[in-house]
Amino acid sequence: MDFFSTAFAIIYQFGDAFAFLVLSAAGLAVIFGMMGVINLAHGEFIMCGAYVTVAVARMGVPLPLAIVAGSIAAGLVGLVIERLVIRHLYHRPLDSIVATWGISLIATQGVLIVLGSTMQGIGTPLGSVQVGALSYSTYRIVLMAAAVLILLVLWLLFYRTRYGVIARATIAAPQMARALGVDTRRVYALTFALGAALAGLAGGLYAPTMTLVPTMGATFIVESFVTVVVGGADIFLGAAPAAAILGVIRAGLTAWQGQFFGQIGLLVAVILVIRVLPNGLSGLILGNRR
Amino acid sequence: MAGETLLSVSGLRGGYGGKPVLQGIDLSVEEGEIVAVIGRNGVGKTTLLKTLIGLLSPMDGTIRFAGEDVTSLPADKRAKVGIGYIPQGREVFPRLSVSENLMVGETAGAGRSEPNYQRVYDFFPILKERARQAAGTLSGGQQQQLAIGRAMIGAPRLMLLDEPSEGIQPSIVQEIANNVKRLNAETGVAVLLVEQNLDLIVSMARRGFVIDKGRIVAKLGPEEITSRDVVRRHLAL
Repeated sequence: MDFFSTAFAIIYQFGDAFAFLVLSAAGLAVIFGMMGVINLAHGEFIMCGAYVTVAVARMGVPLPLAIVAGSIAAGLVGLVIERLVIRHLYHRPLDSIVATWGISLIATQGVLIVLGSTMQGIGTPLGSVQVGALSYSTYRIVLMAAAVLILLVLWLLFYRTRYGVIARATIAAPQMARALGVDTRRVYALTFALGAALAGLAGGLYAPTMTLVPTMGATFIVESFVTVVVGGADIFLGAAPAAAILGVIRAGLTAWQGQFFGQIGLLVAVILVIRVLPNGLSGLILGNRR
Repeated sequence: MAGETLLSVSGLRGGYGGKPVLQGIDLSVEEGEIVAVIGRNGVGKTTLLKTLIGLLSPMDGTIRFAGEDVTSLPADKRAKVGIGYIPQGREVFPRLSVSENLMVGETAGAGRSEPNYQRVYDFFPILKERARQAAGTLSGGQQQQLAIGRAMIGAPRLMLLDEPSEGIQPSIVQEIANNVKRLNAETGVAVLLVEQNLDLIVSMARRGFVIDKGRIVAKLGPEEITSRDVVRRHLAL
């Protein structure tokens, strides 16, 4: 029984880290991998999703629907920002970094001014389960399932739908796709909105577990960038396995030396990967396949 | 249908910025004919096709397609009015499967025609056999067939075919030429072919334009374009 509860504790720790990495990185990975845009406003899309989710939930809407509303709201904001700013900066990666950083500052400070330094949250639902001597949050187990489900849905979207096929073609050779009649600007706009909606979804899912402050996006930003850098441009061959490996590193170090060392472990891992695999895991996997 | 002007280009200047590669091109393609643009390396043949499909914007001149001025249309809109593009080096999407490549090609014909997979597979049976295989793993000749099939599925009225013989075994070159000729005969699609390969030009084209230093320097009629000597002389210009 003792062995079982220890094993459960380890798996839970790993699953928790994995879910956080996957959910926080998915939106960033889609936008970077598909469009090559480094979106420094990623954390603010997460914040947007969290705020909208909590606001809608406090109006009495069931939490799952409120999370969907948060995700859609972030997606719509993404659509507007793509139209107004990002669209004009394709093929200018450095400029888009500066612009999205600016958006991030405006969003953080704007929310601070309009809504104040904090917003009343909602409690974590679903209570807890007792395994051995310890109790675990049921909601966090739901988050693990959500992470796996989102990877599955994204895979189906990109590999089993017309939009997905056209999006992958556009990434591979945008000029050729245009010459075949693909409105690549529309593909980019939809992809950016999808990335923003995924960020909003992460925000909505984690909103019940966090304090809502305008700078809450920063909590996610390190993990999401580490995952995308380690993973490389392909979300399925890169970000997902990267999240699994980093989840092991983080859960292991956290259990051994505490949260702080878990964070250090992630950063050391990313430095090593940049040094050894500049194109990340997906670069390695695709490179070997060729 | 034959005899109607499908594509007419006048005074076309363009290129990659700076000094234009194309120095004022005038040419036309009738419905259902196969026309070759021939010339040495670097005289602007590929630039011409890229400008015609809309991947490069012209500095001057007009491009009319099926009676409509398409000069200011972007590439995706030109594909949708019926211009198919088969670029130099094929440019299949390497990580997409063969059938996914064809699916992207459907976009050009959306709203104009139903995608006819059966016809593509009749012409190029290998594409059916390899439908689920990643396009990047096909041989050069198979990729060329896929690039042509990908354009066909969008039901073009004109195909811009850029050096189909490049990097392909001679035996397959003739097969591709025969397929394009059959496609032209059966569907009436016009073809504007850019080529340096003597055999391919002589066996396919019914009319030709010789391009040099960004200008049309000679027009070749049916007798001249099918004469190996005349074509060889112009290629060596």
